[in-house]
Amino acid sequence: MFDIAIIASNALLSLALVLGFWRLYLGPTLPDRVVALELIASLTIGFIAVYVISSGRTPFIDVAMVLALTAFLAAVGFARYLEKGGHRDDD
Amino acid sequence: MTEFLTGLFLVVGAAFMVVAALGLVRMPDLPMRLHATTKAGVLGAGLMMVGVAVYFGDGGVTTRAVAVIGFLLLTAPVAAHAIGRAGYFVGVPLWEHSKTDELKGRYDEKNHTLASPPEMQDAKQDDDVPRA
Repeated sequence: MFDIAIIASNALLSLALVLGFWRLYLGPTLPDRVVALELIASLTIGFIAVYVISSGRTPFIDVAMVLALTAFLAAVGFARYLEKGGHRDDD
Repeated sequence: MTEFLTGLFLVVGAAFMVVAALGLVRMPDLPMRLHATTKAGVLGAGLMMVGVAVYFGDGGVTTRAVAVIGFLLLTAPVAAHAIGRAGYFVGVPLWEHSKTDELKGRYDEKNHTLASPPEMQDAKQDDDVPRA
């Protein structure tokens, strides 16, 4: 039963990852892609949670913590870069 | 019981992640995509970290899982605000059926500032306060 839950959550996360990459590919604008990248970062945190439970290697939680913070930094960096750049038409 | 609760948290969290990704793909414009991914995505990741905390039931692991959830809850709204603001300022088009755009015409492209709403600007002129 528990194994099924692990496999099911891995499968659901993989489906979400495929959808996230689909939006990353489609765009159509750079902010849309940044949103997709942020969702992919939180999906990776979910994958780490499943891996920690299935393998019992608890130090990987620290990786999830660092990943959450770096994803935030990346998003804020992209936002600043976009805002300083001014108006753009990249459909 | 622990395994049942852990499995439940993991599957429900992963399902919320799928909802977030579906919203990311299906929603028509940037603010709606942000709305889908920040809320459902953070809830999904948070539920999965709760699953980790429940499964190990250990002080150190629980503390770190709570720290991850806290960082997610603190950073996601700020990041979403920053991206939404930047997206509006660089001219990402809104959905064609959007009813209102309250920021329209109030953004100064040169010095990157937003003007106050019209009624507040009137009040300012009535007071005759010199502008900085």
